[in-house]
Amino acid sequence: MKKLKQITALLLSLSLVLGALTACSSSSSSDTDTGDADASAVSADSDASAATESEATEDAESTSTEAVEITNVSYDPTRELYAAYNELFAAYWLEEIGQEVTIVQSHGGSGKQALEVANGLEADVVTLALEGDVDSIVDAGLIEDGYTSEFDNDSAPYTSSIVFLVRSGNPLEIYDWDDLLRDDVGIITPNPKTSGGARWNYLAAWYYFEQQGQSEDEIIASMTTLYENVVVLDSGARGATTSFVENGQGDVLLAWENEAFLTLEEYPGEYEIVYPSVSILCQPTVAIVDEVVDNRGTRDVATAYLEYLYSDEAQELEAQNFYRPTNEEVLAAYTLETDSKTITEIPEDGKWIITDGFELTDINYFGGWDEATEKHFVDGGIFDSFYEEAE
Amino acid sequence: MKQKQSGPLKWVLIGGSAFFLFVMLILPLIYVLSTAFREGIQVYIESVTDEYAVKAILLTIRATVSAVVINTLFGVFAAWCITRFQFRGKKIISTLIDLPLTVSPIIAGLIYVLTFGRQSALYPYLQELGISIIYAVPGIVLATIFVTFPFISREIIPVLTAAGTDEEEAAALMGANGWTIFWRVTFPHIKWALLYGVVLCTARAMGEFGAVSVLSGHLRGKTNTMPLYIELLYQGYDYTGAFAISSILVVMAIVILILRSVLEYLGKKDREA
Amino acid sequence: MSLGVTVTILSLVVVIPLYSLVVFTSQLSFSDFLSTVTSSRVMSSYWVSFSTALVASLINAGMGLMIAWVLVRYDFPGKRIMDGMIEIPFALPTAVAGISLTHLTTTNGWVGSLFDKIGIQIAYTRIGITVALVFIGIPFVVRSVQPVLEKIDPQYEEAAGMMGATRCYTFFRVILPEILPALIAGFTMAFARCLGEYGSVVFIAGNTPYKTEITPLLIMAQLQEYDYASATSIALVMLIAAFLILFINAVLQSRTSKIVSGIE
Repeated sequence: MKKLKQITALLLSLSLVLGALTACSSSSSSDTDTGDADASAVSADSDASAATESEATEDAESTSTEAVEITNVSYDPTRELYAAYNELFAAYWLEEIGQEVTIVQSHGGSGKQALEVANGLEADVVTLALEGDVDSIVDAGLIEDGYTSEFDNDSAPYTSSIVFLVRSGNPLEIYDWDDLLRDDVGIITPNPKTSGGARWNYLAAWYYFEQQGQSEDEIIASMTTLYENVVVLDSGARGATTSFVENGQGDVLLAWENEAFLTLEEYPGEYEIVYPSVSILCQPTVAIVDEVVDNRGTRDVATAYLEYLYSDEAQELEAQNFYRPTNEEVLAAYTLETDSKTITEIPEDGKWIITDGFELTDINYFGGWDEATEKHFVDGGIFDSFYEEAE
Repeated sequence: MKQKQSGPLKWVLIGGSAFFLFVMLILPLIYVLSTAFREGIQVYIESVTDEYAVKAILLTIRATVSAVVINTLFGVFAAWCITRFQFRGKKIISTLIDLPLTVSPIIAGLIYVLTFGRQSALYPYLQELGISIIYAVPGIVLATIFVTFPFISREIIPVLTAAGTDEEEAAALMGANGWTIFWRVTFPHIKWALLYGVVLCTARAMGEFGAVSVLSGHLRGKTNTMPLYIELLYQGYDYTGAFAISSILVVMAIVILILRSVLEYLGKKDREA
Repeated sequence: MSLGVTVTILSLVVVIPLYSLVVFTSQLSFSDFLSTVTSSRVMSSYWVSFSTALVASLINAGMGLMIAWVLVRYDFPGKRIMDGMIEIPFALPTAVAGISLTHLTTTNGWVGSLFDKIGIQIAYTRIGITVALVFIGIPFVVRSVQPVLEKIDPQYEEAAGMMGATRCYTFFRVILPEILPALIAGFTMAFARCLGEYGSVVFIAGNTPYKTEITPLLIMAQLQEYDYASATSIALVMLIAAFLILFINAVLQSRTSKIVSGIE
């Protein structure tokens, strides 16, 4: 009991002293001033690591053989890919330049990640799901215009697409987009307003109906029916996968190709991937955050980091993580020769890419992200109208 | 004395409460634990001793301790202020103190981003001073302080009000100075309320997700707290790992809650003796 | 001096950030602000948030009162454990709570499958949202009623009982007036907290616009579009709502305590 009293007494007196200090400074200066003082006190006592980190980067500027650290802000499904790639790159950089490099990874929803970088999260490079998200960082003035021509292939080292994931045996016989309009089909897809991936889903469906020769009004009617069939409109891609897989909701999940393959790997025999006749080419975009690399003096290593994504080794790695490589040779090496449009298990030889009879449009068809967002996804855009009519 | 009312009503009420708590609290916990261990103890241990997991745990502890210390200090002062002085705007101040409890955590994070972020007027100054608040540890600490802000003062205020000022006035008349009064007269009154407030504050600080998630930047091994790390694992198809870390949080919470229970029990014995 | 400290920390942690929220909202003209916060989708999300929060807090008021009563008045095995568990909803990250509850209440979950048999679906409906909010709000009512109940001397009840009052009558006439302020306080805190809850609800709600879309989710959607002005205006409305609820509570508190002391 006595000991307890002593400890509480000690703690209390300590905090009281601190309080007295704050009170004194508050009497002499204005609120915002104490704000800074207080904040610096907090950062001083609790963030010694930040200080050493900035020293490290300064050192890196003077002598390139010192260890360097860069931050890669990415989106959710790339976790495994970058875990493997970072090792690969660190080894390459050490061999090539003789410098040790550590990569700090950050993952989250693509739009949210872009927003954080625009708000001051210090990322050397961003590897996000959509060009539109990178554009928002450009708008904030952190990345210079023309970043898409900085690296090959519109700065998209690997691509993906949208496929259907259905339950084993495809009991409802879902083969193409028009099957999604049937009354008995329950769809899981995230909300395009909150999820970048869901915008690809939406646009792929739109493209299909347009290819069927429907007029815009007819397309809107079809899309409305499609979204009426959506059982759960999760806020993110991962939430949607969980609703479908863990919670058993719905009959078909509109998923990123790489996510669908991961599910197949995780739950063998329970699901099948169905390739619809048309879909969309998803181009995750990479970019260097100019303002940050110039401040930190990390431009060289950041550029090399993104360039190396196009190397043969890295392209192989991307294919192994179920992203479509942009290198034609690697792509050919992983292409699956088959007439079937259903994949029930991951091929043993690792060849999984289906190209035949799977027509892919891309965002340029919709006039780029600015135009697509303006037309479909803004408040009062076409997506909102589905629900207004349903009401 | 307490068992005066017995009979069916007592057991109906107890049964009802137990059932309600079982369904609402215990079942989710059982689910967390069963998922954490569904791939065996080996996987569990691997998950929780992972390098990044350990860093996340340490960061959570650091943020929690800072938040608790600062809020304790603030809570005592605020409670003292509100119960011992009469001034205009008192009701507004007490409402402001309560506000963080009811503000959506998303908004809580957002307001700090707006205040200290790149588009804020303060940003150039902070940049010049080399201070980063959001997307760094100070931001996480600030957000944690915000969401647990009212806990301690809310616990102390009613006790201080109930205790009244008589004893303190008497002590002052007898010539005791401010410190002695606080230490000898006031503190014993608020001791248990304070302890309870600290426990609440700790529990809430450990589990905070929304506000911290907006502010942290999710830098793995640097600004990922336990709840954020859980989300990361969850997003990365690692259910077992996610729930393993959750189970640690749950265990930490239960230990703290039990600790409080024990301290209170000892305290009661102390008073009775 | 203590006033100085209080005001300083308060302004640093609460007021200045809130002020910046107002500044960002003021980028919109007033008419734009109005049309943003009253658009039909936003309005229906207010209704979803408000109605589920209200139902959840009412359930919590009832159950919380019962639990507090049981904890204070009866001795039974496991009481200490029950008492210690009440704060768990605070400590469990809301996302974990949301995921667990969703899994339990979907049509093939442990609890959900039982309800599914009688045709009630919990997860992905407003019932699901309410369940998550009940979970979040448990501690508020219990912990505000409990200490007051402890202070009430059972002698009052015994006296009333001896004078021939029924148990029911005693409860409503003797006990309820005493604990009413605490009950209201707990209820309003739970209610205000539920209004803003995000983490657990996004998992269990179907997030279908007009049906199960809560207001905080709309704020996230606006942020996703980099539309700060709209996001902050909706946030501001919610903030004002929270502030009003608390303020009404404060007024109610001082009034009821006056009434109670007036009777005595």
